[in-house]
Amino acid sequence: MSGEAAFVPAPAVECSGLRYRFGDHVAVDGVDLDVRTGEMFGLLGPNGAGKTTTIRILTTLLPVVEGAARIFGLDVSEAPMQARRLVGYVPQQLSADGQLSGRENVSMFARLFDVPRRERPYRVEEVLAAMNLEDAADRLANTYSGGMVRRLELAQALVNQPRVLILDEPTIGLDPVGRDTVWDRLRALQAEGITVLLTTHYMEEAEELCNRVSLMHRGRIRAVGTPAELEAGLGPEATLDHVFRHYAGDSLEEGGELRDVRSTRRVARRLG
Amino acid sequence: MTFVAPGASPAASADAAFAPPPAPPAWRWLGSRIATFCLVEIQKIRHDRTELVTRAIQPALWLLIFGTTFNRLHVIPTGGIDYLDFLTPGILAQSGLFVAVFYGIQVIWERDAGVLAKLLVTPTPRAALVTGKAFAASIRAFSQVIVILVLARILGVDFTTNPLRLLAAALAVVLGSAFFATLSLSIAGLAMTRERLMGIGQAITMPLFFGSNALYPVDLMPAWLRAFSVINPLSYEVNALRRLLLGTPGNLLVDFGVLLFALVLGVTVAAAILPRLVR
Repeated sequence: MSGEAAFVPAPAVECSGLRYRFGDHVAVDGVDLDVRTGEMFGLLGPNGAGKTTTIRILTTLLPVVEGAARIFGLDVSEAPMQARRLVGYVPQQLSADGQLSGRENVSMFARLFDVPRRERPYRVEEVLAAMNLEDAADRLANTYSGGMVRRLELAQALVNQPRVLILDEPTIGLDPVGRDTVWDRLRALQAEGITVLLTTHYMEEAEELCNRVSLMHRGRIRAVGTPAELEAGLGPEATLDHVFRHYAGDSLEEGGELRDVRSTRRVARRLG
Repeated sequence: MTFVAPGASPAASADAAFAPPPAPPAWRWLGSRIATFCLVEIQKIRHDRTELVTRAIQPALWLLIFGTTFNRLHVIPTGGIDYLDFLTPGILAQSGLFVAVFYGIQVIWERDAGVLAKLLVTPTPRAALVTGKAFAASIRAFSQVIVILVLARILGVDFTTNPLRLLAAALAVVLGSAFFATLSLSIAGLAMTRERLMGIGQAITMPLFFGSNALYPVDLMPAWLRAFSVINPLSYEVNALRRLLLGTPGNLLVDFGVLLFALVLGVTVAAAILPRLVR
């Protein structure tokens, strides 16, 4: 071992031994996660696998009861306020406020993230432009298409200039055009150096976007690696879909937790 | 600014590029969040003004029908003032109560839409979020104040035109409505669904209204109802409004003290309960 310690930056997102229960149900069961700075990382798994619960702990929506969760080395349970300033979060639901215009939606989050008053208008315009929403900025968000709402949510999440974007099922229910535009934006953001952690149960999405993926099932991480590594581990003809089925078994038939399924269907319905 | 994360590894602490932006001083949070949520409420009202009209109908009916009728009957001892004058502060307080008690429905909708989760992921302390939402609810109540006062003046109610007293009266409505909004947010955190909140809201609105001095002096009440009116913040709001608008005897310090205490208590309870909505 050399006497000079090598400089190793803290992972963008790190979970160790994370465990969370809802009553008797163990939703997250000893999860270890390590998302590297600048990568796009996919958390895959069927409904009820524990993906959303893990994300809710990372975003401080749920408390850390057992184990540890860190964002760039910052313990989210010890310093939730500072941790939130590093994160841009897009939940599974369509979470833009339809009673406000696109610009007002983004501006609200600029204020809530304490973007200085003088910078605020520029920052709001900048993220709206980055998401191709300048022309629709003054329309009420309830007139937006599903893909536009998702881009608006990305603009809201980016106005704080976060270090890591955490997205829960970012393209659920979107039509192929809306999905492609969201993918394009995510790739552009990654190119700018933003770390992205997303959950999905679309294997195509994981293949297209993610540098590494982690397969989660019944609260546990079953496999981690690049999509190519995981496929190669299963056989020469294997796809990520096969990998998913291999680790998740027939649980897709079971459909996961009722509230997850309900939430997923509600989102899909709202997106039309 | 050198930011050293509590519990961070030395490597992470050394990596200044990952330091979060400096947070403003804590004392500025509350004011900033209240201003933000009030601004958002004003923007929503500006986009859809129909609610201003529809919400004005009920208090207008109370003044126009109930007020003018009882004004002729002279059955309620009001201490020498017209019943319509006596009633107007009560209706001002009541309209704020009605707006605020159902405000939790909007927050449950925000939960369903994922908006609440996003708000809770901003660097906003729970108490600041609840206070901001409570004052946002009182913005809607405040808009009713103007409508009711104009109507009351048309009906011949003789209230003060002193701008300071009017401003203080508006403050009483804002504080009272903000308290009832925190009550609604707490119920939302317990009831979890819009339907339940609607039911509970309807169940408590009328007891709060009739168990106050909004319609009649507390001296007319049976002892048990009088005891309730003593702990009912709506009574103190009405007292303050009567003192400020009509100049009736009263103790503004006590009235505003109770409203402020109720609001602080309401914010504390709602801040503890509200995060249940997103779990």
